[in-house]
Amino acid sequence: MILRENRPVDELDRQIINVLQGGFPVCEHPFAAAAEQFNIDAISLITHIETLLEQGLLTRFGPLFNLEKLGGVYSLAAMKVPADVFENTAAVVNSFPEVAHNYERDHEFNMWFVLAADSGERLEQVIDEIEKSTGIHVYNMPRVREYFVELKFHV
Amino acid sequence: MCEAMEKNLNCDETDLAIIRHTQSGLPLCEEPYRAVGQSLDIDPEVVMLRINQMLERGIIRRIAVVPNHFALGYVSNGMAVWDVADEHIDRTGKIIGSLDFVSHCYQRIRHLPDWPYNLFAMVHGKDRESTDGKISMITELLGDYSRGCAVLYSKRILKKTGLRI
Repeated sequence: MILRENRPVDELDRQIINVLQGGFPVCEHPFAAAAEQFNIDAISLITHIETLLEQGLLTRFGPLFNLEKLGGVYSLAAMKVPADVFENTAAVVNSFPEVAHNYERDHEFNMWFVLAADSGERLEQVIDEIEKSTGIHVYNMPRVREYFVELKFHV
Repeated sequence: MCEAMEKNLNCDETDLAIIRHTQSGLPLCEEPYRAVGQSLDIDPEVVMLRINQMLERGIIRRIAVVPNHFALGYVSNGMAVWDVADEHIDRTGKIIGSLDFVSHCYQRIRHLPDWPYNLFAMVHGKDRESTDGKISMITELLGDYSRGCAVLYSKRILKKTGLRI
């Protein structure tokens, strides 16, 4: 498999990516512990991960946080925004620090954003303020249940 | 996570210091937890203990490498939504969430009649055609459980700050 035009990935890279997506040990010498399964030493594993990060094949290495567990209220919201006011509406929505992500999507519901607030009241307040300043209804779609939130790529 | 949220966090200063120090990554050295401890003036044993506790509490999902799905060729992702009867949503949600090309699978509230869909899944593929194919496969898998489906491809990122503290 060729990941980038000039970057063939060797078998060891592949193994590191596939295996270390699943977890990394918490101990005094975790690289040495993790390196054993690849039959390499700690330094060589560190170098490989460093290279994969530099080449942009990995975006991160470290703890993956689920910051929602620390508290707060989260939701996904959508709007049907007319084309002529789209940019202005995006500016209003994006101006709230409670809006973490905002995407334009190719659908009648064309603006989708993630809200993160410290209370349900504040979340409602942000939605009200967006509706008041844009005159467009915000469809709040909080999650009811989570079935899966991770993605593993087999390379 | 926004600044306004910091006052109500379910963790103490030590956890917070470790989170802040490692959210961009773990140091690439032979003893990374010791290195974190040295930077924060915390005993490395405490760093490991706190990390293990955060793993148990789900604050840390896992410690791992995160592949760049764009560099790996997964450049297409569609938000697929289905209208599934509430009594079948748990069973179908678990099945769809277990597919290896699906991430972020949730049940969300509907807004009838404008928005009948309650099952959401991000579906990833190497191109639009393959993503569409995977979504059709899920719809087939759902059979009569699916009363309707829509696919929303992203056209543009308008804001992406992520959740950070």
